[in-house]
This record gives sequence, C-alpha cells and structure tokens, in this order.
Amino acid sequence: MFRWLGQVVAVTLVSIRTIPQRLSSSVVAVIGIAGVVVVLVSVLSIGVGFKAAVQGTGSPNRAIVLRNGSQSEMTSGLTGPETDIVKQAPGIAQSGGRPVAAAEMFVVVDLPKRSTGTPANVPIRGIEAGSLSIRPELKIVDGRAPQLGTNEAMVGRAAQHQFAGVDLGATYTTGQLSLKIVGVFTTNGSSAESEIWCDSKVLQGAYRRGNSYQSVLIQLDSPASFDNLKNWLTTNPQLNVEAKREQEFYAGQTQVMTGLIDSIGYTISVLMALGAIFGAVLTMYTAVATRTREIATLRALGFNTTSVLVSVVGESLVLALIGGAAGAALAYIGFNGYETSTMNFSSFSQIAFAFHVTPALLTQGLVWALMIGFLGGLFPAIRAARLPISSALREL
Amino acid sequence: MRYLVLVWRNLLRRKTRTLMTLGAIFVSFALFGVLMIVRTAFGLGVEFAGANRLWVTNKISIIQFMPISYVQDVLTTPGVTNAVACTWFGGSYQDKPNQFAVFATDLEQYFKLYPEFKVPPDQLKAALADRQGVIVGRKTAATYGWKIGDHIPILADIWLPKSGNVWEFNIDGIYDGDKTVDTTQFLFRYEYFDENRRNGAGNISWIVVGVNDPSNSASLAQTIDAKFANSASESKTAPENAVIADFAKQTGDIGSMLTAILVVVFFTILLVVGSTMAQSVRERTSELAVLKTLGFSNGLILALVLAESMFLAVLAGATGLGLIAILVNFGNFNSPMLPLMLLTRGSLITGVVLFIVLGLAAGAPPAMAAMRLRITDALRRN
Repeated sequence: MFRWLGQVVAVTLVSIRTIPQRLSSSVVAVIGIAGVVVVLVSVLSIGVGFKAAVQGTGSPNRAIVLRNGSQSEMTSGLTGPETDIVKQAPGIAQSGGRPVAAAEMFVVVDLPKRSTGTPANVPIRGIEAGSLSIRPELKIVDGRAPQLGTNEAMVGRAAQHQFAGVDLGATYTTGQLSLKIVGVFTTNGSSAESEIWCDSKVLQGAYRRGNSYQSVLIQLDSPASFDNLKNWLTTNPQLNVEAKREQEFYAGQTQVMTGLIDSIGYTISVLMALGAIFGAVLTMYTAVATRTREIATLRALGFNTTSVLVSVVGESLVLALIGGAAGAALAYIGFNGYETSTMNFSSFSQIAFAFHVTPALLTQGLVWALMIGFLGGLFPAIRAARLPISSALREL
Repeated sequence: MRYLVLVWRNLLRRKTRTLMTLGAIFVSFALFGVLMIVRTAFGLGVEFAGANRLWVTNKISIIQFMPISYVQDVLTTPGVTNAVACTWFGGSYQDKPNQFAVFATDLEQYFKLYPEFKVPPDQLKAALADRQGVIVGRKTAATYGWKIGDHIPILADIWLPKSGNVWEFNIDGIYDGDKTVDTTQFLFRYEYFDENRRNGAGNISWIVVGVNDPSNSASLAQTIDAKFANSASESKTAPENAVIADFAKQTGDIGSMLTAILVVVFFTILLVVGSTMAQSVRERTSELAVLKTLGFSNGLILALVLAESMFLAVLAGATGLGLIAILVNFGNFNSPMLPLMLLTRGSLITGVVLFIVLGLAAGAPPAMAAMRLRITDALRRN
C-alpha cells in the first residue's frame, strides 16, 4: 500500500516538476482557466452586491404598507386620510403616546449618471418627522438633516457618488422642483443610500400629487405582532392595502434582477468552462505526447498504471489551481467593492451598489477551476496509462 | 484541389487534437453569439428605433404626467405629421406584476406611428368598436395562451378603476412583426382608461410624435419644449432612439462589460489554437523539409499551414455561431425586461470577420516558421 502510494507521489512530482519544460502549452491552460474564474466570480458578484444592497434595507422590526396589488412603492398610492387610518393599527410601537410610523412618498427624478452623463431615474423619498427616527441605521455623515417645511434635502452617499448635481451645498432645480442639498447620509450600504430625501409636502406640490403618499413604514412593537397588524389592515373596509414585513418586501424586489444576472452569468461561465476544458485537454494531450517515451520508460521500470494516471490528472489539477487562484485574485482585486448603479426594474428606479466578491464566490471559482482541471486531465491520463510500452518507447 | 487532400490528411493525423481544437473554437463562437444577443437585448432595440419619431416626456421624470391637451399643441407644430399619447398602466395578472408593458393609447394613431407593428385591419377595427378592446403582441398572447375574444382581468396598482380594483379587457387583436419588433406590448384604449380611472383624469405619460423630416428633429424638439416652458408640466423632447439609448444605459454599461468578456475569450482562444498549430507544425518539421526537397515552394508551404488553421476556425466558428443563430430564431426566449432576443446581421458579420481573423492570426506564426525552414537544418534536427 505504502509502496503504491510512494509510486503515485513520485511520478506525480516528476510530472509537476517538469511543467516548466512545457511552459507555453501549460500557460495556455492556466490563462484559459483563469479567464473562466474571473468572469464567473465577477459576474456573480454583481448579483450578490445588488442583493446585499436591497435586502440590507429590511429590518425584522419594521413593516411596510402599500396599496393592495402593488409590488413596489413606485406603483403604490395612499391618500393622506388612509395613511392616518393605517397609523392607528394595533401592533405599532408607541413613543410619547404617538405611533412610530412614517407616511412617505416615493418618486423619481431625472439626474445625470456621473459615469455616462445620461439621465437616470433617481429615487426621491418624501419624508416626515418620523422617517429618521424609525430608521436607527441612518447616520448623517456630512452636513445636517433637512429642515421640514423647506425645500432642503439630504442625499444618500451612494447617490451622491453615482449621480451628478447633488453635492452638498448644491441646489437642484427641474421643472417646478427645487431642492437644496444640506446633508449626506448613510444607511449601512442599503438601498436607501441611493435616494434623495426631502419633505413630502415639497414633493406633493412639485409633482402635483395633492395629499397623497406611496407607503407607510411602521415600527412593530414586536416582530410577532405583524400578523395581527396585517389582519387589522386587510379587513378594514376603509382601506385597500397590504402589509409586508420589510425584509420580505425587499427580498421580493431583487428577484427579477438577480435572476437575470445569475442566468446570464452562469450561461457565459458554463460556455467558457466548456471551452477551457477543451483547452485543458489539448494541453494535457500535448504534455502526454511530449513525454510518451518518459512515461513508457517509467512503466517499463515497473511503475504501475495508476501512478501514471494520477500523475497526469495531478498535473492538470495543479495547473487548474494556479489558474483558478490567479482568476479569483484578479476578480477580487479588480471588482470587489466596485461601485456602480443600475435600474431596479421592480421599483423603476436606480439603485447604487458595490460588487461583493465573497469568500463563497471565490471558493465556487476554485471549485470550477479544479473541475475543469480534472475533466481536462482525465482523458489524456487514461490514454497515457494505456500506452503500449513497446511502441511508445520507439516513439520520438 | 490535390493540396486540400494534404491539408485534410494532416488534420486527421491526430484526430483527438483536431476535435478538441474544433470544440474550443465552436464553444467560443457559440459564446460570442450569446453575448451579442444579450448585448442587443440590453440595448432595448435602439438600433431598430424609428428615426422619424420623437418622444415628449415630462421634464422632471417619465413617471410624472402631462395633460392630454399637449397632444393637440404638439400636432399644430409645423413638421409634425402625427402624435399619440400613451399612459403607463402597470398592473398585475394572475397575482404577478405584469411581465409585459401595458399602456393606454389611441390604438388607431399608435399603429399608424408604428407601421412595423402589423395588425390585421379587421382586428384593429374590432378593437376600435369595443370600449374594452385590447390589441396584444404575439409573444405575450402566446405566453399566456390568449386568443381573440378572450376576456382578461388585470389587477390595478397605479390606476384604480372607479369601482373595485380590477380592470376588464377583451382581446380583439394580436399584432406581430419581424424579429426586431417588440411583440410583448398590451395596448388598450385611452377612452376606456380615462372614463374608468378613479383619479388623474386627463393625465398622460408620454407622447410619440411622427415627423416628416428626421433631419429637422433637433429643432422640432426645441420648438415643442419651448411651447411648454414655464408651464406646470415642462417637457423634454428627444428622438426615440436617444430616449431608448438613455433608458438602456440606466441598467449600466452592459455593452463594455460584455466586450471585455469577449476580448478575454478571444485572446484565450487565439492562444489555444495558436499553440496547438505551433505544436502540430513542430511535430512535422522533417516532413515539411521533405516536401520542400520535393520542390514545394515556400509560398505553398505557408498556404498549406494557413489553410489548416483557417479550416479549423471557419468550420468550428461557423457551426458555433450558426447553432446559436438557429436556436435564437426558433426558440421562444422571454424575459420581462428584455423583449428583443435576436442575433442581428451586424453581429453575424462581426462573428464571421472574427473567425477569419482567428484562423489567420493563429496560423500565421507557425506558417511563417514552416516557410522559413531551411531544408538542411530541418532534416538534421532528428
């Protein structure tokens, strides 16, 4: 047993040590595999980053109320009196005798993207006094909160990075809307950072919406009271609304986009991986071909066929590992934290996010690389192990 | 002709290697096809947009409305041939947000402005005679199995009806068009929409404007916007293709991302094919020397090696790209965000150029080496 293992190790080491002699064809396989891993990891990291930004917005202690049938704030609509009724629902946390809830507007405005200069649907949230305190994750990192009742506004840090014309101190004017940016805020990287916030009253005027809102955000007195709240709201004959836990609401918003990114990412990666397998097979066949006489000699000396088989697969795996690690490193260095923004089709508005190259994605990339290496090495290995010794010794 | 036999024999010398090389090229060009389809899809058909159409939207954002009276104001502008208002409806069908565009419009004018949308005249007439009439695209009708005469309930989100929260429609017509036409839209009558909506009567989302001379578009757009300047709803007018291009860019710079991937793939495949060709020429050094001794000219040797790599690249490239072209043509791919799934002629031409370049670039270095071989050295090498 040990002898057998010793043989396998010895022959594999010979294969690996002689890689430099077959450098050019080995480099081809390594580059091919690295390419697959870079593309796989970076494309999937878009989906992961997008999901993190959107889902990071949800808190288990909050619920959002929208018009029945609306899947996003954009298509929802509630009148002022309706939002007042919603705020009387049971299960809402109270503070100083008042419900902790905020009726909010959600509209978009055309702002140029910094990267392309083309107009983008940037979300604007119309807030009221409760909007800030209901979100403890919100921090004002520059300037101050807007004074309600004026045209002051604050901008999320991601929005400020991605869109032009909303820097601190700037006044943005379009049509009947004019906003003076007095603050910059963060919310732990969640989607609210892609938004601009100002008093609802200002937006209602500029968008000629009258006394109307898109949603009511509610602080639950405990996560368990959600069912009671939902039941009260949906059975109230004065209302035509639905309530969702905030986390579930935002999870639903990512499905279309992440589904699309994942399916495109995997289609491209699978095709590239197939190509890389062909490349690896070619490389390993070349490696076996150039070493035909050497391998035959080893076998003639009494080394068993398994050790030859393992050595070829082993060499291929080593090349794959080098390629995979290089690809993963490139993807990480090149794309982790890369900030961009895209259209979230569920809310018809821009969301800024950063690519997330997570350890799980890096691992996935390495696993793919090793699988390519294994499949690429297997057939040439079988061929090497089956070489008839007598004729192989005679080859050039 | 007899030299082709020689090329063929050389390719068959190591069948596995030839097969693997073919496989690698095949996969790369299949991938190229897929990426070009994705690129076109994310471009939202900007290359097929009509140059003689302008879009008027609210300056603040396309979600903000304009009064329907703007249509008349636009129509009276010299140079405008036609104008039609559209209003985004949204809604959901069978408990899911609609995966297709639903909007209220003037059906008669709409199909005049979009002659590439083909609807049988009797179906259009039926829809115009039916208050709740709808003309729907072939793809959406096929997805949900709708036939003419079907009764379709749509749950409202933005636009509540006067009572309840469901709108009722009748499918009166199905429009179609060539591959470049978005056949997912669900178009219903503005009259019904305006009478039956609970709020916002008289408001519309955007106006499509037909112009008689596309070269005048820029000044016409300015004239239209000037009409509505300083009003409660200022407008923004731009050619349809510019509106679509800007909208496509909202998703992100998909084009350059895909180009980057393609460059990586093409470079890698060039390495793979190039090194394989080099290896195969190296193995035949003494043979090539014999051919030269027999009187094969340098040019002929160059051509023979190049022909080999060209053969691999063209055969595998054409099948890879061809397969994707056939799949996308006959498959029924549907994505809510990307209604146009096709391989454009431009993409096909780029693909053909690419595999010719690949064959030449991969074959050139070994072919040059083979051409420069000196008989005496080469024969002595082994």
